[in-house]
Amino acid sequence: MADQVLDVKGLNCPLPIIRAKKALKDMRTGSTLQVLATDPGAVKDFEAFCRTTGNELVESKVEGKVYQFLIRRTG
Amino acid sequence: MAEESKPNTKRMSMIITKGTLDWAYPPFILATTAAAMGLEVTMFFTFYGLTLLKKKLDLEISTLGNPAMKMPMMGMHMVMPNLVSAIPGADAMATTMMKNLIKRKGVASIEELRQTAVESDVKMIACQMTMDLFEYTMDDMIDGPVLGGAATYIEQATKSDINLFI
Repeated sequence: MADQVLDVKGLNCPLPIIRAKKALKDMRTGSTLQVLATDPGAVKDFEAFCRTTGNELVESKVEGKVYQFLIRRTG
Repeated sequence: MAEESKPNTKRMSMIITKGTLDWAYPPFILATTAAAMGLEVTMFFTFYGLTLLKKKLDLEISTLGNPAMKMPMMGMHMVMPNLVSAIPGADAMATTMMKNLIKRKGVASIEELRQTAVESDVKMIACQMTMDLFEYTMDDMIDGPVLGGAATYIEQATKSDINLFI
């Protein structure tokens, strides 16, 4: 179970990333954020975001039309 | 300000020269995303780009010189030939259509992206020369931007990993 869930369904680039960053900023190191999105571009974007920021992309999957990302705040 | 940052922080700088609704998106999308990814961002607003810093944004689309512009309309894509821009109200109509699309597709407004940029400590520089040329004062602009010139930008650009002209 994620420590926090962020619903950005219906939002388009770059809002899913911006909102995720805002949420992660207030979380403690080691905690996890689940992001729910419908923007197909978010798949590659969250990979790039995590690689660049050093946060860990624990899981990336799609269920129906909803993309789910599990991000662990690191550093 | 920048001197306090960690030595390995990546930086991006941008020159923003355009002030229509469509051209306002790339700089603010890239600036907010780069800031979210931990980069230090500097935006230099010059010529028509300066209007993007005004307190009250009244951005429009121009149908002129935009041959690739096709708007979804009645289940198809409608072309906006240059000739259309001669019709009074054509740009206003294209602007209304674009704003409706933006809302419907969950795309952020420029106001929201700009606010995010300010909150993310994106450094904004208003071109002093253009301020003089177009007779703007800092009272016309949002809080946050500082006045500067080409040298101010160049100094930032030499320290940046990414430099864009938009």
